[in-house]
Amino acid sequence: MKTNVTAETDVKEDTDLDSSGMSGESRSQWALARRRFFHDRLAIFGLIIFSLIIIGSIAEIVLNPSGYQDLTGDYNQAPSWHHLFGTTTIGIDLFSACMKGVLQDLQIALIVSVMSVVLGTTVGALAGYYGGKLDTFLMRLVDLILVVPGLAILIVLSNQISGKGNASLYLAFLLGALSWTYIARLVRAEFLSLRERTFVEAARALGADNRRIIFRHLIPNCIGTITVNATLTIAGAILLESTLSFLGLGLVPPEVSLGMLVQQGEEAATTQWWQFAFPASILLLIILSVFFIGDGLQSALDPRKNRARS
Amino acid sequence: MRFVIRRLTISVFILFLASIFVFLLVAFSGDPLAQLKLDPRTPLATLQYRRHLLHLDLPLWERYFYWFSHAIRGDLGNTIAGLPVSPQLVSHMVITLRMVLVALVFSVIIAIGTGVISALYRGKFIDRTITFTNFFFLATPVFVTGLFLKFFVALPINQHAGKILIYTDGDQSPLADGSFFHRLPDYIGHMILPTITLILATYATWSIYQRSTLLETMDLDHVLLARSKGLSRRRVLLRHMLRNALIPVTTVIALDFAALLGGAVITETVYSWNGMGSWFLEGVGNLDVNITMAYLLVTAVFVIVFNLLADIAYAALDPRIRLS
Amino acid sequence: MSENILSIQDLNVDFQTEAGVVHAIRGVSFDLKPQEVIGIVGESGSGKSVTSLASIGLLARSATTTGTILIDNQSVTTMSEKELSNLRGTTVAMIFQDPMTSLNPVYTIGWQIVEALRAHQKISKKEARVEAQRLLELVGIPQAEKRLDNYPHEFSGGMRQRAVIAIAMANQPKVILADEPTTALDVTVQAQVLQTLRTALEISKAALVLITHDLGVIAGFADRILVMYAGRVVESGLVDEIFYRPAMPYTHGLLGSIPSIDSVSSVRLRQIPGSPPTMVGTHTGCPFAARCPLRKEICLTEEPELKLVAASTNSSIGSEHRSACHFADEVVEMPVASMFPDSSEDFSEESK
Repeated sequence: MKTNVTAETDVKEDTDLDSSGMSGESRSQWALARRRFFHDRLAIFGLIIFSLIIIGSIAEIVLNPSGYQDLTGDYNQAPSWHHLFGTTTIGIDLFSACMKGVLQDLQIALIVSVMSVVLGTTVGALAGYYGGKLDTFLMRLVDLILVVPGLAILIVLSNQISGKGNASLYLAFLLGALSWTYIARLVRAEFLSLRERTFVEAARALGADNRRIIFRHLIPNCIGTITVNATLTIAGAILLESTLSFLGLGLVPPEVSLGMLVQQGEEAATTQWWQFAFPASILLLIILSVFFIGDGLQSALDPRKNRARS
Repeated sequence: MRFVIRRLTISVFILFLASIFVFLLVAFSGDPLAQLKLDPRTPLATLQYRRHLLHLDLPLWERYFYWFSHAIRGDLGNTIAGLPVSPQLVSHMVITLRMVLVALVFSVIIAIGTGVISALYRGKFIDRTITFTNFFFLATPVFVTGLFLKFFVALPINQHAGKILIYTDGDQSPLADGSFFHRLPDYIGHMILPTITLILATYATWSIYQRSTLLETMDLDHVLLARSKGLSRRRVLLRHMLRNALIPVTTVIALDFAALLGGAVITETVYSWNGMGSWFLEGVGNLDVNITMAYLLVTAVFVIVFNLLADIAYAALDPRIRLS
Repeated sequence: MSENILSIQDLNVDFQTEAGVVHAIRGVSFDLKPQEVIGIVGESGSGKSVTSLASIGLLARSATTTGTILIDNQSVTTMSEKELSNLRGTTVAMIFQDPMTSLNPVYTIGWQIVEALRAHQKISKKEARVEAQRLLELVGIPQAEKRLDNYPHEFSGGMRQRAVIAIAMANQPKVILADEPTTALDVTVQAQVLQTLRTALEISKAALVLITHDLGVIAGFADRILVMYAGRVVESGLVDEIFYRPAMPYTHGLLGSIPSIDSVSSVRLRQIPGSPPTMVGTHTGCPFAARCPLRKEICLTEEPELKLVAASTNSSIGSEHRSACHFADEVVEMPVASMFPDSSEDFSEESK
């Protein structure tokens, strides 16, 4: 049977990789991971929702670039075909505003995620590979950042945000500076266990220098962990940013973010439900979909690791 | 015992570092006299006097030393308005802590309960339901949960009943008096919504973690040996799976205590509680450095104490740590 | 009613995996008489461990089992979980491969033995503790009374495995299943633990299924041997027959890979080239064909049955010499392992 034959080779390659621990450039391993991911119903659900929201927001920005700040003259209108999500008290089309907010949030979240990956991997790799005093120092630093709630640090530093010309970029850097600790801890833990493995010994015996071992042997083996947590960092960044904006401490008008829209909708929540419900639902959906994608990636890339579902 | 002392020393050291961190953070977050300086009518003498009161005329490290040496003796300085910070802190802290601690206890119970059920019925309908619910609450920002419960659950119920059944504002009724026991129902009434909000924001991570730890435990050799001894299912679950799975779960819960305090800031804002969080927000808004630093330092102390407790709990649960 | 304490008939175990169905066990049958010791040999993945886990009803939920397993004339496969827990410990007990992980790290050794005792006997904690101490002494742990209060991590590997043996014999089971009981231990400790196991059998009068990939462990211990390969029994018979007149090329290969002190100069160490097949999906032909030096056309198309070796000298029922090889009658006449090439590489690696 044809299906059996392919399944067999996949398993064999997979176990071979496991036993040797060689760095994962194997095509079939990725193929297997891809297949696992696409068999995960919640992950697919997340991917679809996420894509729909992104397509919607890009389309809206292209078709109606200033929609998020245009005063339509329709005040407090309930959702209709004309205004899909209704309008706000000052007459802004809520759909446009939400879509603009999505783009803004995602832009910030992407910067945060990239920063976390770069900082987290660097710190984690250094601490895990070299160990000793460097490890102690870096991990104490991580402990220190985790001792005070991230939100509280952001609130204190928020004084600086509103005054800046490029507030969203500044906010993104702040969030990034606080979000890398998790990835750092995970990468360190992986490095600690990987550096004792035979293939690293073998590489060292063959005369590979530290740089080569780190970049060619160790980091490729952490790609799974890093990818998954880069995704989860996106969700975390959106959560944090929206919370700050809700408190009125993040971005300020004319910029738009989902947290800000929820906060603006709060006052009218009982009478004009849509002003609260739509921004809040979009916010929830986008974070939820990113979580589902992240969890799907986790089980696809590293099925043996603990995961939320199985 | 030696273990506890060693941990305690590390905690004190971390606390010391944290105090420097907090101090620098606040020192570089803005000039507390900025507002005053903007006003051209402020006499120079007033400005200088204010600066002196806040010790802004001293070098950075001297300011730190002054602040820290007083802080460890319980004196956290004065507010901009000139009132001592410490008593304010205590009164706000009591309000916040009663919410946070109750939420913590319930979150742990709910998380362990749902996590265990979900692991035992892995792949079944109930597991899927629990897992989906967990993800849902994990993805919902605290303020969205809070506002939803307030506007779309509590208010309609109150409207329907024609009177206030569930309080949505404040930590107590404005004119409440009488003995503590007399006021207790009022306190509890006000606590319901905020506590539920905080629980929903907190328990999900732990539940997911409890489930996956338990699933990992399920296939371990010692669990197979326990079953091969002919123990009942219940005994294997409680004594050999759950008991061992609790060890990592304890650590995760303790590490998340900081997040719980962060969540409390939002919950207090949503329900207009006069707790530590809103006090802190107000302090930041007024550039009231001593309030800000007091909040951050006390939060750090809570987190460190919690981590210490977790370490001790870890050792109590795991003889390999205790006896090494 | 049969006199067999353990009787397995036509056992099949499949696992559902994402790569497809894995046929871990295919048509395994054997009987075990009271106090008999049977050795099951094979490489890892040959289905040895699955057989023992199935016998005590501990297979993962992803497994589907057909066939019958009777322990003391009770059917394990159709039992409820509650009936199973009554059976476990009292009638059948198990010893696992790695004593580092098979004891619960958070309880003392004494606690874990007492727990086993009190699961099936109505005795007080005090009485159970006295009994636990006696058991520890039986398995040769010095200062047993003090050692009861030690945690597993305070025991050496060999001592832990003795403690596991003590737990296994706590309720005088009729069968003990030992899954690679010495593999994880130092070579020097292996012999001692085997000796402990032998003592335990003498005292408890239990029968033993000894699972190992090491024929050397079985040599002086078992009455009969089953050789497993790719989920099937490929050869079975009395120990002497398997050792001196193997009738299956795979068994020849296994025998060739035992280093022995007295034969270093005369017989070179030989190894079986290649690795066992994956057990996913269906195969045709003899599963060993790909590695067999005597492979013929028929081996690739037809899977041989486990049938009597004609040249066998023994014919008592239950312990006949059987082999699953198309050419069993020729193979049985060949000198041991002569068909495999010499291995000039270091043999310490191969004997593991």
